[in-house]
Amino acid sequence: MEVVQSQRKSSSNNVIVSILPLYRSAPPLEVRLEDFEFFAIDRLRVLKGLSDGLCRGKKPEEMEKLVLDLWKANMRHPQAVEEVNKDIISHFVLRLVYCRTEELRKWFLSMETTLFRHRFRWGSSEAQRALMSEFKLPYKAVSNAEFESLKDKLGQVARSMGQTLAAADAIFYKVPFEEVPDLVAGRRVFIHKGHAYVAINQVVSLVVTQFRSYLSKALILTNRKWTSTIREQEKDRLTPIVEALCTSYLGPDYSQQQEFGEISIKDIDQVAKTSFPLCMRHLFEKVKEDHHLKHGGRMQLGLFLKGVGLKLDDALAFWKAEFAPKVSAERFDKEYAYNIRHNYGREGKRTDYTPYSCQKIISVTPGIGDHHGCPYRHFSEENLRAALVRMGVSSRAVEDVMDKVHNRHYQLACTLTFEAVHGSSCDAGINHPNQYFIDSQRVLQSKNGSVA
Amino acid sequence: MTKEQADNGRDDMVIDGPGQANAVPDEFNANYLRIYYGKLFPHADMFKWMSYGNDGKHPGCDKSYFGRREFSFTLENDIYIRFQSFNSVTELENSIKEKCPFKIDIGPVYSVDPAKRHAYAQSGDNVFTPVERELVFDIDISDYDDVRYCCTGADVCLECWPLMTIAIKVIDTSLRDDFGFNHILWVYSGRRGVHCWVCDGKARRLTNEQRAAIADYFYVYKGNENSHKKISLPGLVLYPFLARSYTEVLKGFFEAKLLPNQNLLASEERYEKILEMIPDASVASELRRRWQENKRASMSKDDINIVRWEQLKSILQSGKQKMQGLRRCVEEIVFSYTYPRLDMEVSKHMNHLLKAPFCVHPKTGRVCVPIDPNNCDEFDPTTVPTLSQLLEELNRGGPRQDAENEWDRTSLGESVTIFRTSFLQPLLKSCKEEIENSYNAKLQQSKNALSW
Repeated sequence: MEVVQSQRKSSSNNVIVSILPLYRSAPPLEVRLEDFEFFAIDRLRVLKGLSDGLCRGKKPEEMEKLVLDLWKANMRHPQAVEEVNKDIISHFVLRLVYCRTEELRKWFLSMETTLFRHRFRWGSSEAQRALMSEFKLPYKAVSNAEFESLKDKLGQVARSMGQTLAAADAIFYKVPFEEVPDLVAGRRVFIHKGHAYVAINQVVSLVVTQFRSYLSKALILTNRKWTSTIREQEKDRLTPIVEALCTSYLGPDYSQQQEFGEISIKDIDQVAKTSFPLCMRHLFEKVKEDHHLKHGGRMQLGLFLKGVGLKLDDALAFWKAEFAPKVSAERFDKEYAYNIRHNYGREGKRTDYTPYSCQKIISVTPGIGDHHGCPYRHFSEENLRAALVRMGVSSRAVEDVMDKVHNRHYQLACTLTFEAVHGSSCDAGINHPNQYFIDSQRVLQSKNGSVA
Repeated sequence: MTKEQADNGRDDMVIDGPGQANAVPDEFNANYLRIYYGKLFPHADMFKWMSYGNDGKHPGCDKSYFGRREFSFTLENDIYIRFQSFNSVTELENSIKEKCPFKIDIGPVYSVDPAKRHAYAQSGDNVFTPVERELVFDIDISDYDDVRYCCTGADVCLECWPLMTIAIKVIDTSLRDDFGFNHILWVYSGRRGVHCWVCDGKARRLTNEQRAAIADYFYVYKGNENSHKKISLPGLVLYPFLARSYTEVLKGFFEAKLLPNQNLLASEERYEKILEMIPDASVASELRRRWQENKRASMSKDDINIVRWEQLKSILQSGKQKMQGLRRCVEEIVFSYTYPRLDMEVSKHMNHLLKAPFCVHPKTGRVCVPIDPNNCDEFDPTTVPTLSQLLEELNRGGPRQDAENEWDRTSLGESVTIFRTSFLQPLLKSCKEEIENSYNAKLQQSKNALSW
C-alpha cells in the first residue's frame, strides 16, 4: 500500500475519493507505539458497534447509517492520507489481535467483511470500478442504450427472484457468463449471447466474497507468523498490547463465573424455572423426563451449567442422579463421567471448554432424538408457542416473538421472551445463554433483594 | 438378438443377384461391425472434427492436439480399454478397423499424450490433466418413465419420442441465445436418448465448476421428498429462459400432443397424479368431483383430456386464486411433464467419457446418427438405419471401384451430409479463424516485446 501517497497526489481535483484499501500487504510505514494501540482501539469501536447493530437486527438502511456514523466518529481525519494510514494500520494491528483463535478469527472476518461491504457500496462508481479491476474482475458497465433495450428482461429476472428493478439498481455490469458461475447456476442474472448482466448489488456480493476469502486465508497466515515468531520477538513491546486489546474488548466468554459464585445442586431446579433461557429449560426438562440426553444436549446443557456456577462434583452428582433410572452408577462412571470431567478441563488436553454462545447454538442442526440447538429456530411453530406459554409469556408477547422467529431473528425472539418474562427491557440483546441467566438473576435480585 | 452366426466366408457378403439373396439377418456382431468400420464409418470426418483445425497446414496449428485426445474402446466380451490415443487419421482408422470396438467413447484432450501419462504426476507442476473437453449433455427417455404410459425403460415409440424433440429444442435454443454457443452437435444415442456436444472453443475450455453452473442453470427441480410436486417455480414471473421455453415449446407440446396422446387426464389413476400437484386441496377436490361425475359421458366430441385440462386451467388461472402456491401451478404441471431431464453428472466433469457419434448401438443395431436441431421434429428413431440394413444396402449396390464415400450408397449418406454441412464445416471454418487470429496476436505480441 505504499502507493497511497502518490495516489493522493495524482487524484483529480474534485471530491475526495474515499480510497478503500484491500489490505493486501502490511504497510511499510512507521508507527508510533501509542498510535499502534489507539488506532486499533478506534477501529475496534467501529467493529464492535457494527457487531451490536447486527445482533439487534437493525434493518439495512439503519446499518448503513450506523456504519457511516461509526466511521466518521472514530476513523475520520481531515487529511485523507492520515485517514488511509490509520485505516490500514488499525486493520493490520487488529489482525494480530484477532488471528489467534478460531472464534476470534470468525468474528473479525465477519465484521471486517461487513464493514467492507458498506464502504464499497457508498463509494463512487469510479472507486467501485477501480476496486473491481484490482480484484481482476472483467466487468464492463452497461451503456444506457443497452440498458434500455434490455430493461424488460432485466426486470423479468428481478421479479423472478421476488425483487424489483429499482432505480438504484439501474447500474448493471456486463461480464462473460463463465466469470459468475454461481449467479448463472441460480438463474439470478440475465444472460444473452454469452454475457451475464450483473446488478450492482450482485457485484458487491462478488467483490465482498473475494475480499472475505482473501482475508480468511490471510488471518491463518498471520496466526502462524504470530505464534512462530512475532509473539516472542515482540514480548516486551507489542505483544502485551495485542493481548490486552483482545480481552478488554471482546464480550465475556463466561468461562469464569463472576458475580454469583456457585450454584449448588439444590438450587438448580429453582433457577431453571426462573432464569434459564428456553433452550436450556427445554434440555433440562427433557433430562428430567427421559433420564437421558444425547451428546449434543449434554454438551450444550453441561457447559451452560458450568458457566452458571455448578462445580464439577455437583455436576457429576446431578447427571448421575438424573440418569439413574436408566443408567447404573458403574455404567455412568464408565461412559459419562469422563466427558463431564473433560468439559471441566480435568482430562485430556485440559482445555477449559467455554459454554456455547447463541451463535453457535443456533448454527447446529439437531437430529432425531436430539433436544439441543435453538428452539426459536428448530421448534415447530406449535411447539414453540406452547413452550412460550408455559414460560409465562403473554399471548400478545408470543405474537411478537413469533414475528421475530418468522423473520429468522432468533436472538431477538429470545430477547423479547426475556423481556416478557421478567417485565424489564434487555437493551443489549441476548447473545449468550449464560448472559440470559446472569441478567435474569440480576433482575430478580434487584426485585427480591436476594439471589433466587 | 442372439441368433446363430453363419460361418461361411464372412467377407464375401456380396451375392450376385438382387432381392432376397442380399438380405442380411438383422443382428449385431463383430463381422458386420468390421465391414461397417471398413466401409462406412466416417473416420476422416471424425478426425477432422477432433482436430479442431489443427491439421498442420497453418503455422499456428498445434500438432500435438489430436494426439492428446483420449478415446476408449469397449471390445467384444465387454473388454474395456482406456487412454487410447492416435497421432494421425491413419492410426485412428487402423486401430478401429483392427480392434473392431463395439463402442467408442471420446474423452477429453489432456495436457500430454495419454499414452505417456504414467510419466506425469497427478498434482504439482508436471501434471497429467484434462485441458479441453466439449460441453456435453445426455438425455435419456427412461428418465421420463413417470410421465409416459406407452413405453417404459429402454423402449421408445413415436408417441413418447417427441419428449426428446422438445428437450432438444429447449436446450439448443438456450445454448445459442443465452450462452452464445454456435457449434452444437446433437446425436441420437442409438436407443433411447440423445447426446449433445457443444464444441465452441470457449465451451471446450470451461472448468468443471463452470460446467456445473450451466447444468444447474438448466436444472428445474424442487427436490423435497415430502412434496408431490417435483417442480417449483416461485417468483412473480418466470425467469426469461423458462418463460421462453414454456411459451415457445412446452405449452404447445403439452396441450396438443402429450396430454391427448398419453391420456394424462382420462383415467383416475392418471389424473390423480396431476391433482396431487395442486397445493390447494379444495381446488383439487372440486376437479376430482367434476371428473368423477363425468366418467363415462363426454360432453363434447373433443378429447376428454383437453376438456379436463381447460377446466383445470380455468379454475387455477381465474383471478380468484390468491394462494401463493397456485400462481404458477399450471406452468409447474406442464414443466414437470415436459421440461428436459438432463443427466447432471455427465455435464459436470471434464473427464466424463461419452459415446462417439456414428457408433452402432449393440442392443438395437442402430447407428448413432446426428440430428439436425432445425429439423428435429422430423427425426424418427424407428427409421434410423441399422447395421444390417446398411450392409444390405451396400450389397444392392454391387462392388464398386471407388472405395471412397461408400456411405452415399446407403441411408447413412444423409447423416454424413448433415454432419458435414450443418456442423463440421462451419466448425472448422471458425477454428481456422481462431488459430489464425491467435497466431497473429502472438506475433504482434512478440513484435511489441522486441520493439524499442
